[in-house]
Amino acid sequence: MAAATSSGVGCSGAKTPWRFLTVDEARTLATLCDQIIPPDEDPGAAWVGVVNYIDRQLCGPLEHLRMSYRQGIASVDRSSHSLYGSAFAELASAQQVELLTLMEQGRAPAEAWKQIASAEFFDLLVNQTMQGFYGDPRHGGNREATSWKMLGIPYPPIRGRLHFDVGKK
Amino acid sequence: MALKHVNAVVVGAGAGGGIVAKELAAAGLSVVLLERGKWYTPFDDRKDDLRNQRTTVLGNAFGPDEERNPRVFVDEQGRERLVRPSDGAYNNNAACVGGGTLSYGAMAWRFMEKDFRLRSTYGTVEGSTLDDWPISYDDLEPYYEKAEWEIGVSGDDSNNIFKAPRKRPLPMPPLAPNREYQILKPAALRLGFHPFDIPMLRNSVPYNGRAACMRCRWCVGFACEVDAKNGSQNTVIPAALATGNCELRTECVVKEILTDAQGKVKGVAYFDSKPRLCEQTADLVVISGSANESARLLLNSKSRMFPDGIGNRYDWVGRNLQGHAYTGAVGLFDFECYDDLGPGAGIAICDFNHGNPGLIGGGMLANEFIRLPYQFVGWRAPNAPRWGLAYKQYMRQFYRRSMGVMGPVQEMPVFESRVQVDPKVKDFWGIPVVRLSGHRHRNDPIVGKFLASKAEAWLKEAGAITTWTWVPDTGLSGGQHQAGTCRMGNDPQTSVVDKYCRVHDVDNLYVIDGSVHVNNGGFNPVLTIMAIAYYASDHLVNTWKGSHGAS
Repeated sequence: MAAATSSGVGCSGAKTPWRFLTVDEARTLATLCDQIIPPDEDPGAAWVGVVNYIDRQLCGPLEHLRMSYRQGIASVDRSSHSLYGSAFAELASAQQVELLTLMEQGRAPAEAWKQIASAEFFDLLVNQTMQGFYGDPRHGGNREATSWKMLGIPYPPIRGRLHFDVGKK
Repeated sequence: MALKHVNAVVVGAGAGGGIVAKELAAAGLSVVLLERGKWYTPFDDRKDDLRNQRTTVLGNAFGPDEERNPRVFVDEQGRERLVRPSDGAYNNNAACVGGGTLSYGAMAWRFMEKDFRLRSTYGTVEGSTLDDWPISYDDLEPYYEKAEWEIGVSGDDSNNIFKAPRKRPLPMPPLAPNREYQILKPAALRLGFHPFDIPMLRNSVPYNGRAACMRCRWCVGFACEVDAKNGSQNTVIPAALATGNCELRTECVVKEILTDAQGKVKGVAYFDSKPRLCEQTADLVVISGSANESARLLLNSKSRMFPDGIGNRYDWVGRNLQGHAYTGAVGLFDFECYDDLGPGAGIAICDFNHGNPGLIGGGMLANEFIRLPYQFVGWRAPNAPRWGLAYKQYMRQFYRRSMGVMGPVQEMPVFESRVQVDPKVKDFWGIPVVRLSGHRHRNDPIVGKFLASKAEAWLKEAGAITTWTWVPDTGLSGGQHQAGTCRMGNDPQTSVVDKYCRVHDVDNLYVIDGSVHVNNGGFNPVLTIMAIAYYASDHLVNTWKGSHGAS
């Protein structure tokens, strides 16, 4: 599939609804992000649209990270096949966590991580997942300001208010 | 392209440059104020938590632009790399009308008397160029007052027994305290500290024709949407323009300071927004580009008389780059601390700026500005998980139940911490870029550790169930509090400007911004930059013997 080669050019329109990611990459990325911020009583990273955040920013201010994501996601699947015989998205949750932990510590199988270091890709994943989950919805993630509701921030903010009832000292 | 001659060119429309432009224009001089950035409004990047002055993951909201303004950063192993403005190592302030004052948190500190004579107070420091200033607090006192009243400061430092004496109170009362303040104040008193309301360059009541602060959570790092935060862009710059004597030209990048055969400055060469190379001649030139860019401009202004850059006869231009090593502690609580009432920071102590046994200097400690969710992501204990369910639970539990107490360590200046110009890399306009190298003094983390322990004790006394400290390292300093690179001094061999900010060796060239600070106080530096700008402008105006107006 043309879009799955190492060409950095997205927006080819070839069989992917995404701007840059392939369907398979998006699926793997969603699974990765859902381990970084899993769903519990509040939605996780995939539901709030972290993949959409990442895909959009990789065609914008984060375009210098495109190759890192393409290589990193490919390396994740190579590691997954090497360790467990399946693609990352097919693994049981415990195995996904195990592989992510190896990546975080820089101990993922070296032959799968020749183009980008696993710890470096792990850092990117965590950073962008946090941005896409806790950042403003305008950037493509944090659907319906889910994380802000989770944290208990008043939203939408009420403009122009002054707290007259807070007395001095 | 040659332009009509004026009395003064001011380079940089920030805290210092805006004030100088207005003082000169109000005195009848014709002024051209050049600013390399744009005039941003609060509506350019509204409340964008991923793109603002504090968080630059999606770009640099207040200039300079990412593509045309690289710098070179040299790490402590000597490895160099190209950095862009949104990179943490870039040492950015801002590049826009107002400079840092458009988006700052606006703490408004007078330095203490000892801050101007650290060497007399503590002795020389091995490995540091620490020295006394050639001016004293008393020289600046009337100008601190002028800045407080003209730009507009609210607060109440009457309980700060350590403060330098003031003749006149602040023009505006403090903002009403938020919940953090109300939790921290009694704890501070029980510990024997002397807490008070932080002076801020922010309207707490209508002032200067603009509204009072609306207490939102988007202050530090953002431009104010009700224009209650006071900077040079909504005070002195409009006043300068209103005199009819000052012209502001934005998106103008100064290439070099021009001199004549006798070594007298005759103006500047700059690129306008087309870009088109222009020459603006003037009777005097004031450089207010902030510590990185002012030093860069001097170093790039080479001539037969000044082969190493104007004012750089003794290799002191660009040296002693300082900022503030931030230190402090975070506390987690089992009760709510958060009331969404901005700006968040409100209470401070100066008990540990000086007189710390066995230590030189110290710094102010204050509660932190409100943490937006993405900013809170990094607020976790050392070795705590940073992903997975445990981390999500932590965020959910403690976002509203956490407080930070932080402060700026007064750094010991280091000669090797420096701004140079790179021999190879040039920016979009072909101008050699800033090359950064150096490190902090080894004393700074020691003072930081001491202050952090006080911050931690304060949070514990306030009821924190868990605390941890953040102590600075010895990496290169600067950034938004950048200072020191064109030091003020009486001796031309160990300084760049004299006590009136005039570059030694040159009659009509001045540097008036944080570059002139000998040391940077244990405080955010902006009010001192403003006071020096008023003080130096006063001297300029009083000694001005030239004509008035454009010729």
